[in-house]
Amino acid sequence: MTAPAHAESGAPSLLDRRLPPVTEIGAASMISIAAGVIYLAAYLPKHAPLGVAVALLALAAALQVTNAILLFRLRDFAWDRFFQVGAWALLAYAVIAGMIEYAFVYDETRGTPLIVMTLMLALFMLNVPVLIAFTVTRYQRTR
Amino acid sequence: MPAPGAPAMRRPVVIVPVRGLPIVALVLTGVVVAIARNAEWGLTFCHVVGGALWTAIDLFVGFVVGPIIGRMSIPARIEFSTRFMPKMLLIMPTVVTMTLAAGFQLARASGYLDTANPRHAWVVASFGVVGVMAVIALAYLEPANVAVLFELRKPEPDGRVIEKLMRRFVYTAGITGVMQVATLVIMTRLAS
Repeated sequence: MTAPAHAESGAPSLLDRRLPPVTEIGAASMISIAAGVIYLAAYLPKHAPLGVAVALLALAAALQVTNAILLFRLRDFAWDRFFQVGAWALLAYAVIAGMIEYAFVYDETRGTPLIVMTLMLALFMLNVPVLIAFTVTRYQRTR
Repeated sequence: MPAPGAPAMRRPVVIVPVRGLPIVALVLTGVVVAIARNAEWGLTFCHVVGGALWTAIDLFVGFVVGPIIGRMSIPARIEFSTRFMPKMLLIMPTVVTMTLAAGFQLARASGYLDTANPRHAWVVASFGVVGVMAVIALAYLEPANVAVLFELRKPEPDGRVIEKLMRRFVYTAGITGVMQVATLVIMTRLAS
């Protein structure tokens, strides 16, 4: 393998740069979403008590808002790459989330449980592309 | 002769193999049709085939291919990853979606989702196992997989970045392996 580009250019390695814990926060949000979906799905087709599910939904949303704030405060970040990767990943995960939503609607999940489930799916659909795009972009240099 | 992995020798790195997309579309359409028609054979086929592939691939990659990659030289690892990872990027989400969507419908049709069903706890346990695997796969493995491919597309990839990202596969292989064994136990309990 040839010498790393940063060795030739003299620029510091992208491994050494300090970035906020977006992946860890995103993973915590994913855990909340997974727990909420499992909790609701464990009761289907009956209605689950919604308190726990709504609390998990709120926690997942708060974590994702935190991530968004941390991300948009970043300077010297290859945003073009971030949005490029994020947009394609969003398309892929919209298809997956759409299929899951279809299964729940088809199974006659209705009312508030469907709303909570849909919001959780929406958070899932947004979270994964952010994690993929962030992991890719943290190793990209700005032009 | 140029060193392996040198720019002149490297083939262009594909992130998503576009030729595989029609197959993915066909599989997902099959799953949607099986759900819409509540076709028992179709749902069982999607769940069993998808689940077998998912478990087998996870265990094989985690415990056989992973350690082999770990002992390869960096250029060999790059060569392998360039060909292997784009395919995994299409195969794994498709297989997982196929297994879970069909499995959920089967559980519903079989009455396992009913909280009064004696096997309900096993189904909920399987949800938990899937949840753990989903967090690992979606928060850590898939982003690392895509990031490695982007690094490989650079004129001069940084071997340290690739090594760091690929270390995630090694760290998570054990957890995924245990979860897959748990899946096998749960599914055989449900089927017996």
